[in-house]
Amino acid sequence: MSEVSALQTIPLDWYIYLSLTLFAIGVTGVLIKRNAIVLLMCIEIMLNAVNLLLVAFSAYSGDSSGQLFVFFVMVVAAAEVAVGLAIIVMIYRNMQSVNINLLDKLKW
Amino acid sequence: MSLSLNQIAFLGFAAMSLLTAILVLTSKKPIYSVIYLILYMATIAGYFLLLHAEFLFIVQLIVYAGAILVLFLYVVMLMDLNSAGEPPPSNLMRGGSILLGGVMALGLVLGIAKHAEGTPSGITESVAYPVTQVGKVASLGFDLFNNYLIPFEVVSILFLSAMVGAVMLGRKD
Repeated sequence: MSEVSALQTIPLDWYIYLSLTLFAIGVTGVLIKRNAIVLLMCIEIMLNAVNLLLVAFSAYSGDSSGQLFVFFVMVVAAAEVAVGLAIIVMIYRNMQSVNINLLDKLKW
Repeated sequence: MSLSLNQIAFLGFAAMSLLTAILVLTSKKPIYSVIYLILYMATIAGYFLLLHAEFLFIVQLIVYAGAILVLFLYVVMLMDLNSAGEPPPSNLMRGGSILLGGVMALGLVLGIAKHAEGTPSGITESVAYPVTQVGKVASLGFDLFNNYLIPFEVVSILFLSAMVGAVMLGRKD
């Protein structure tokens, strides 16, 4: 049973350009936003753009290593978000604000 | 120019993900940004489905949209965030950052396009090929547990340390 895949009707270039654009949007968000939580969310945008590119290459070359790498990237992103949000909650407890412009001292 | 169904779906998802990503950046309240980010995760899951990566489609919805973003939602809702705290950054800073993001995107796109000119475009032509087992759960599991067992175990230790760290950081004392 070998069915013909409709995969190749989407050129790989489209995925590359889309992933680059989404990554650039994430970078712009990290540079602009002052809220620490929204900053973490823009980092998630970047991570997902990279995941998309990894899966696209993995599907087009028939190698499953890319998709397994995406699996590990998701794991690391989950761990990073958990610890990052715990840090932000602690900062909020001390300063009642999550504005990153106020976090300019390494030690009080 | 007739588009196949795959291409129509791809363009629909592309418009949706670009729109939601920009809306994450330009929302006034963080709670709106979280909702738009959940929609963004759903569009990324749509791409995974278009690429026959079925396991990652489900994992993306469960882990990213269903766990990580729910955590974001909890944290945003438990904090009393007022958007009018500090004065917003000057228009020069904002314009500069957007310009930097745009230049970076343009530079990367041109770099890829330039590099792709000289190479034989075997992977970008519309060539039909039989469906492989790459994205299926069984083949991914076989590959994961035969070739990538050590990273799998190390990542579980990473998770343990992250959980312990998050609990330690969340204590009141």
